[in-house]
Amino acid sequence: MTSASPLTLSAATPDQGPAQRSAFADLSQETLALTRRLFLQLARRPSTLVAGVLQPLIWLVLFGALFAKAPEGLLPDGMSYGRFLGAGVIVFTAFSAALNAGLPVMFDREFGFLNRLLVAPLRSRSSIVLASVLYITSLSLIQSLAIMATAALLGYGWPGGAGLLLVLVTLLLLVFAVTALSLGLAFALPGHIELIAVIFVANLPLLFASTALAPISFMPSWLGWLAALNPLTFAIEPIRAAYAGSFSLQAVVLEAPYGDLTALTCLGVLAALALGLFLLIRPVLDRKLS
Amino acid sequence: MIQLDQLSKSFGPVTALDGFSLHVPAGSLYGLLGPNGAGKTTALRILCTLLAPDAGSVRVAGLDALQHPRQVREHLGYVAQEVAIDKILTGREMLRLQGALYHLGALHLRQRIDDLIQLLGMDDWIDRRCGTYSGGMRRRLDLASGLLHQPSVLVLDEPTVGLDIESRAVIWQVLRQLRDSGTTVLLSSHYLEEIDALADRLAIIDGGRVIAEGNPEDLKRALGGDRVTLRVREFSDAPESERVQQVLQACPGVRQVVVNRAQGHSLNLVVDGEAVIEQLRRQLSEAQLPVFSLSQSRPSLDDVYLQATGRTLRDAELEVAGIRDPKAERKQAMR
Repeated sequence: MTSASPLTLSAATPDQGPAQRSAFADLSQETLALTRRLFLQLARRPSTLVAGVLQPLIWLVLFGALFAKAPEGLLPDGMSYGRFLGAGVIVFTAFSAALNAGLPVMFDREFGFLNRLLVAPLRSRSSIVLASVLYITSLSLIQSLAIMATAALLGYGWPGGAGLLLVLVTLLLLVFAVTALSLGLAFALPGHIELIAVIFVANLPLLFASTALAPISFMPSWLGWLAALNPLTFAIEPIRAAYAGSFSLQAVVLEAPYGDLTALTCLGVLAALALGLFLLIRPVLDRKLS
Repeated sequence: MIQLDQLSKSFGPVTALDGFSLHVPAGSLYGLLGPNGAGKTTALRILCTLLAPDAGSVRVAGLDALQHPRQVREHLGYVAQEVAIDKILTGREMLRLQGALYHLGALHLRQRIDDLIQLLGMDDWIDRRCGTYSGGMRRRLDLASGLLHQPSVLVLDEPTVGLDIESRAVIWQVLRQLRDSGTTVLLSSHYLEEIDALADRLAIIDGGRVIAEGNPEDLKRALGGDRVTLRVREFSDAPESERVQQVLQACPGVRQVVVNRAQGHSLNLVVDGEAVIEQLRRQLSEAQLPVFSLSQSRPSLDDVYLQATGRTLRDAELEVAGIRDPKAERKQAMR
């Protein structure tokens, strides 16, 4: 063993300390380091990324084929089923990815890695949550873009210019809302088994009770109501409109049983949902992280 | 440097700490000795701001840890008992992450990491994934993480449990060097030898409180008397040993004679000093009893522990082994 110089071992003198650094510098340093860790994990274990793209892709190909001969007039404006399905699958991709946001956090809780973070003098423990949000937002957007590219190759179209912007903003709002929910669950539930169970139960029913696979006009009225209240629908319809070439926020994108919804209304609902969920989970986070 | 006063903590029906007080002077290497379940880990978790006590106060470097946890965390390095590492990161990546959480500058951090790799002999392993590490290498990495920000107080919870001899030697040496360079080191252990070899001062913990405290030499001296183990032949039978016991008990200066059935009916004596031993030999030859072996030792920390708690550390360990609930303990540690 090499003997160290005394300097190595002696305690830091106060003036070397981090005291005079700005709060913002500290916060971004710790958040970036935590985000970097999540991305290193992803790079070395890319199965999450791959599965998250493969599953919606299979939906797109199989469902697209299954209903390729859907009767004329089922879909508005004589749209092909593949085109119709595209928007649903894109939203489903982002939704599934965001729903898993809580899993890494849950494992950190269970394995005690979180305790390692909590003994450190973090400027704010929000950086732990913030890192998860950054990571899962990028991951879900990457996956959605991969699905969008594949859909384009399959001939289901591509939203141009402003349409692309609308798609991204919509996805972003949905991802924030679902991430908040998942992170809240990750701190509220006792273990990963329970979290996975909730994810499993929430995932498919939300997809089926939305306008991802069929329009409201095709549904029995009770399901139509459910679909018209489902947050996924509020993300699917503006994206479907963007794919159809309409970028106007004022354009009606869904004729819900309770009235017409414009793209702007949908975005507003998603934004309110995201905000509401973050406010809702805050007490849980505060309790577990203080 | 560390002042814990009248700490109490219960987990449901289990009382982990019950009026626990401890004062650790700056620059000392201080040992917490006690069986599993005595409350060592709970006390250290409270000290490191991971757990709030039900009552009591915690001060580190003059700061109230309950009021100013973040400032206290900057002073503390904590090497937990079973600390999670990210198996998929390399040791160096773990240290970089840790450094960022303590807001070290990039250049300084790189230098620190290189120094610590040298110090802890981790060159061959630092760029491999932590998942491939042995227990000893993991513990060295934990120690490196704890030391990155040059804390003035280093807290270690059972740092050498189950480690290979080489890793243990490395860790012991680093702890001594730290103490010599002015860092306050507090470590818990249920290994008597470890505390005996390392600590300047120690506290014996039992049932959630400190029951004896002081410098190891003083504690042993206060106990007084020499320990003698005597065998009249390699394996005596019970009647013979009891006869010898009676002879020895009659000797002046012999405080206590116990027949140790577990060790071939050898006789364990507590005597007043060197002179008594010569006296013993004479007495035995007069009674025409042979002496197969006679060994003598100073009181050990185990004797100190026995005196303070009425049982040996080993017995205490066995006692709690049956009633511990590892599942509940993991829950307590989970946030």
